[in-house]
Amino acid sequence: MDFEFLSQTFVALLPGIPVTLELATLSLMLGAGLALAFAVVRVRRLRPLNWLVIGYVYVFRGTPLLVQLFIIYYGLAQFPEIRSSFAWTYLREPYWCALLALALNTAAYGSEILRGALLSVPRGQIMAAQACGMSGFLLFRRIVFPIALRQALPAYGNEFILMIKATSLASLVTLADVTGIAARIIAETYRPVEVFVAAGTIYLAISYGLILLVRVAETRLNPDRRDPAPVAGVGAARKEVTP
Amino acid sequence: MNQMTPPAQPDPALPPAVSVRGLRKRYGKLEVLKGINFDAHRGEVVSILGSSGSGKSTLLRCINMLEIPEAGTVTVDGTEIALVTRRDGGRRPADPRAMDQLRARIGMVFQDFNLWSHKTVLGNVIEAPTHVQKRPRAECIAEARALLDKVGIADKADQYPSRLSGGQQQRAAIARALAMNPAVMLFDEPTSALDPELVGEVLRVIRALAEEGRTMLIVTHEVSFARDISDTVVFMNDGVIEESGPPEEVFAAGNNTRLARFVEG
Ligand SMILES: Nc1ncnc2c1ncn2[C@@H]1O[C@H](COP(=O)(O)OP(=O)(O)OP(=O)(O)O)[C@@H](O)[C@H]1O
Ligand SMILES: [Mg+2]
Repeated sequence: MDFEFLSQTFVALLPGIPVTLELATLSLMLGAGLALAFAVVRVRRLRPLNWLVIGYVYVFRGTPLLVQLFIIYYGLAQFPEIRSSFAWTYLREPYWCALLALALNTAAYGSEILRGALLSVPRGQIMAAQACGMSGFLLFRRIVFPIALRQALPAYGNEFILMIKATSLASLVTLADVTGIAARIIAETYRPVEVFVAAGTIYLAISYGLILLVRVAETRLNPDRRDPAPVAGVGAARKEVTP
Repeated sequence: MNQMTPPAQPDPALPPAVSVRGLRKRYGKLEVLKGINFDAHRGEVVSILGSSGSGKSTLLRCINMLEIPEAGTVTVDGTEIALVTRRDGGRRPADPRAMDQLRARIGMVFQDFNLWSHKTVLGNVIEAPTHVQKRPRAECIAEARALLDKVGIADKADQYPSRLSGGQQQRAAIARALAMNPAVMLFDEPTSALDPELVGEVLRVIRALAEEGRTMLIVTHEVSFARDISDTVVFMNDGVIEESGPPEEVFAAGNNTRLARFVEG
């Protein structure tokens, strides 16, 4: 393997990193917002929105992201209504199409993760909050959501990593992300192995950083699980003296 | 206890702390409460006994409207909880905010504690005072620490519930309910989920509250404890109150065979 070429390629790919990171960050933020809204609709069974969300999740989980991306990128242009609308200033850009496809896709998966997490919040803890006079948004904000978030984080961390890798599809609609630049270098040099090894290394590094971040977040949100719990115990309790 | 207050006597001259009239509740075909009437006066300690499935928990949950009864009224501290009939025949609170305010005045202690797992013990105790009553945080923290000291777990203030024994969790849950300074405390089998050796520490705390003159409704299977601390004992069977009165009368021999059988276990 030609290490000089490898390191040159590596340097050439660096400008793609901000594009990849930005695409991942924005689509995840947008997607998470949608996912939360969808999850609430599902858990509360708000009809008729509930049916729409069920259909939405079914379609976006049941089709490849690449197909979704192409439909948005090539398909939307065929509607004159869209071409003449304000949205077209964004939707004509490959960047916004990729962002939209990624966000809509992760929203479908994320909503299922959050729905499961919301349903897993122990009924008794909700009842205890209601018994204290909490209800509605206060109850959701202070009790239900924080507990659900702790439950969702491991699975959602997985979704983060999947999305980092999914951004590479954006190169197929001409975006100059890490993969996009890599494809261009391959076309110029015909040396796919070195180029993909360099690109793969970059994705690996980003994912590793993300794994660390998620782990930090998990530890912060679950201080009680930081180190192995002492056996919550009879022995410790017996020493207690009630005044 | 920190401050010793002379044992308060229930005061029947004031309006009752809790008044229940004609309460009925059903789950599907099963009628769980078949017309319950009773009063708990201020400072009165009422123990509710009865076999499993007789509707004790349902009665407590109807008092703070965690379950909405089909018929009957509940009045807490002079305020009746207004219910309106829905189109499907069920009922709902006329004013959800008024219901929240009322619930804030009723402390509830559950069989399985139900502490909020994402908050420390202190966080659990100050949550409702700061966010429901919207009182200053510093003041709530000071009060919470005093309450935790009172129930004997001051040193656990910064621990998460999962690190506490069952008895400690239940005492934290009692402190959480007390922090709202409720007009009445409801206990639903507060010691049933505890290992036998942890029951005593919780009963001691409840006894101290009784001696302070707090109004309390206690569902319990601890018959001798109930006999000891109660002003009134209520025996429920199959959705109705079968016996009710001072413990020495209710437990008088030969009074009620079902109760006698229950007491014997
Ligand atoms: N949410 C519910 N849905 C359907 N049935 C219920 C529900 N809650 C309680 N029940 C039924 O109502 C009856 C009374 O229940 P409740 O919990 O009030 O009894 P209890 O006197 O507290 O019993 P225990 O001593 O076992 O706690 C039981 O037969 C129970 O199965
Ligand atoms: Mg019960």
